Amino acid sequence: MSQTSIDPRSLRAPPKRPIRLSWSDERVRGIFWQVVVVGIVVSIVWWLWSNTVHNLEVRRIATGFGFLGREAGLPIAESIIDYNPTNSYLRALVVGLLNTLKVAVVGIILATVFGTLIGIARLSKNWVLRTLSATYVEVIRDLPLLLQLLFWYAILQGLPGPRQAIHPAEGVFLSNRGLKLPWIEWEGAHSLALLTFVLGLIATFMYRRQAVAKQIADGVPRRTWPMALVSLVALPLAAWAALGAPFTPDIPALRGFNFQGGLTLSPEYFALLAGLVMYTAGFIAEIVRAGIQAVPNGQREAAQALGLRPGAVLRLVVLPQALRVIVPPMTSQYLNITKNSSLAVAIGYQDIVSIANTTLNQTGQAIEGIAIIMLVYLTISLSISGFMNWYNARIALVER
Amino acid sequence: MSDAAIPTAARSAPITMVGPIAWVRNNLFSGWFSGLVSMLLLFLIVKWALGFIEWGVINAVWSVPNNQTQACRDLKGTGACWAVITEKHRFILFGTYPYEEQWRAFISILIFIGLFIVSAMRRFWRKELGLIWIGALTAIGVLMWGGVLGLNYVPQERWGGLVITLILATFGLAFAFPLSILVALGRRSKLPAIKALCVLYVELIRGVPLISLLFMASVMFPLFLPEGMNIDKLLRAQIAIILFAGAYLAEVVRGGLQTLPRGQYEAADALGLSYWAKTGLIILPQALRLVIPPLVNTFIGFFKDTSLVLIIGIFDLLTAGKTAIIEPAWQGFGIEVYLTVGFIYFCFCFAMSRYSQNLEAELNQHRVR
Repeated sequence: MSQTSIDPRSLRAPPKRPIRLSWSDERVRGIFWQVVVVGIVVSIVWWLWSNTVHNLEVRRIATGFGFLGREAGLPIAESIIDYNPTNSYLRALVVGLLNTLKVAVVGIILATVFGTLIGIARLSKNWVLRTLSATYVEVIRDLPLLLQLLFWYAILQGLPGPRQAIHPAEGVFLSNRGLKLPWIEWEGAHSLALLTFVLGLIATFMYRRQAVAKQIADGVPRRTWPMALVSLVALPLAAWAALGAPFTPDIPALRGFNFQGGLTLSPEYFALLAGLVMYTAGFIAEIVRAGIQAVPNGQREAAQALGLRPGAVLRLVVLPQALRVIVPPMTSQYLNITKNSSLAVAIGYQDIVSIANTTLNQTGQAIEGIAIIMLVYLTISLSISGFMNWYNARIALVER
Repeated sequence: MSDAAIPTAARSAPITMVGPIAWVRNNLFSGWFSGLVSMLLLFLIVKWALGFIEWGVINAVWSVPNNQTQACRDLKGTGACWAVITEKHRFILFGTYPYEEQWRAFISILIFIGLFIVSAMRRFWRKELGLIWIGALTAIGVLMWGGVLGLNYVPQERWGGLVITLILATFGLAFAFPLSILVALGRRSKLPAIKALCVLYVELIRGVPLISLLFMASVMFPLFLPEGMNIDKLLRAQIAIILFAGAYLAEVVRGGLQTLPRGQYEAADALGLSYWAKTGLIILPQALRLVIPPLVNTFIGFFKDTSLVLIIGIFDLLTAGKTAIIEPAWQGFGIEVYLTVGFIYFCFCFAMSRYSQNLEAELNQHRVR
């Protein structure tokens, strides 16, 4: 507690007393209790461990991760990478991990957008909008997520079949086979354009930082938008055009009893994503609202008095202060989405938990299966919280 | 004196500035965009509400004879089939508890609710509350198991429905809370070994999903125990929930310990109090009071999370709801069942969340100027 702050009283170190072997010495008692607690914990762990080893011997279960190389034989309905049941367990688990990331990343982005909109709507002057979003937040947060997932899944299963699919726009079909969307046929040129765009984004960001640094040095504002236009729009377009500008729309159409082409969101993925996004958006809305309300009105008024335009007020004064309040709880919401995506197993979306669970049922390798699940989530959790801690430290208040 | 000096009654503000008209102007039509949004939203709300009433009330089928669900099927989704609730509500609430004995489960639920209400009242916040809890939980145990006082014995495997949800949540809370206090104190301890153990426990549990702990309880736990020793599945899930909730609550309690001014610790030390006297008499009463609202919010989250036991096949409220529609005759009526089950969860969570808001206002009264 007192190691970090410098207290003038502590500068004069207290005289060192030799440890007396007596119960009245605080340090002796400290060591005693630590030995007792650690001893109890170690003996419990040892007891559980020896039981486990004995049980595994009795049941003739081999330990180790050797099973990962064996043929999985478990079919997986949707996968980003190529997979078939003759592949190994390891590959099946990688497919599961990618499916988890697919739902977590998309979920985080959508929940942030949706939640922020609802959070701002709760502060609206418009009574209908305000009340509606407050009701949404209250109701959605008081229902278990698992129940919501089952509910969405039941609704999707209750939808008509492909022939009577709901068809709100050209190429969009909603049926009990999931959601179909128009897409383009993906080719090398598109990947190159995307890569150029990402590199352009990094370049723009660094250019802007330099421009701001120069402006702070000499006070002359510099334009950054021409550079952004070139690196974010012109260069990717040029890269795309250089490879022949391929563009073939891939619009889903009904052929016989099912759809052909287009982008498919399976009912399982769609229900999981919808449930996760709607649930987490309710929590994010509250975080955003609290963050905005935490910025004192005087700050906004002072910025206006300085003659800043409304956009600049928001960007330079309100948001940086609100973000300080928003980022830490937002981190835990992102972690929650990732961890909650494990509920996929209840509606049959094959994420890492679902596949590891099938694996441990097929092979009997319970300990390894659960260790894999825990390791994956610990890694994801620690990476997200590490990144957000770094970001939080960057935007934190610099105190003199 | 001139006429002008005669005081006249104050003129009331124009009706466009006060009263309902002003309210509508300020809150619904403060600009053309706001007006447009109001109209659009009101239109959608009315349309959906009418649609829901048509589906849920006007076209709904409330009961069918002997599981003949043809009347419901004929609606083709234009009306709700509440008959599934009429038929299955006892199953959803009580699971496979013997039909003639279900009044016992019902009384247990009432005792649970009474226990929550009593615990929520500040008048009862004293040592006797512990006795009330012990008494109530014993009564519930006697009612549910039976075997004494002329009640028939009902094995635990037959329990189900709302009672299981309440048992998991209540016992989970009762054990996780003391555990969390110990862990929070341990995490702030100056003894490095104890601190390290507590940090390890909290971060490990918070880093993994509850499902993985439940899987661990259902699949791995039997391997941990010596041969011949067996703990039933409900208890294993209960242990997983306690460990899970303990880690989250510990962080909330730690928040309270951290916000408490350092002077309080130093003053207690200066009085020469021992560690436990200091903690029990000075620190915890103040720290816990600070974190009551976030604690209640954590309880709500944790009440909802008990529904995850569905995945390892324990018969709680949600599992009972899901099982009720497995029978071929009732397949496809999930929406009705989930709306009903959701309504029950909502009642509990909404009551807790309202309570937490009121309590927060009440506890912060001394700060309001």
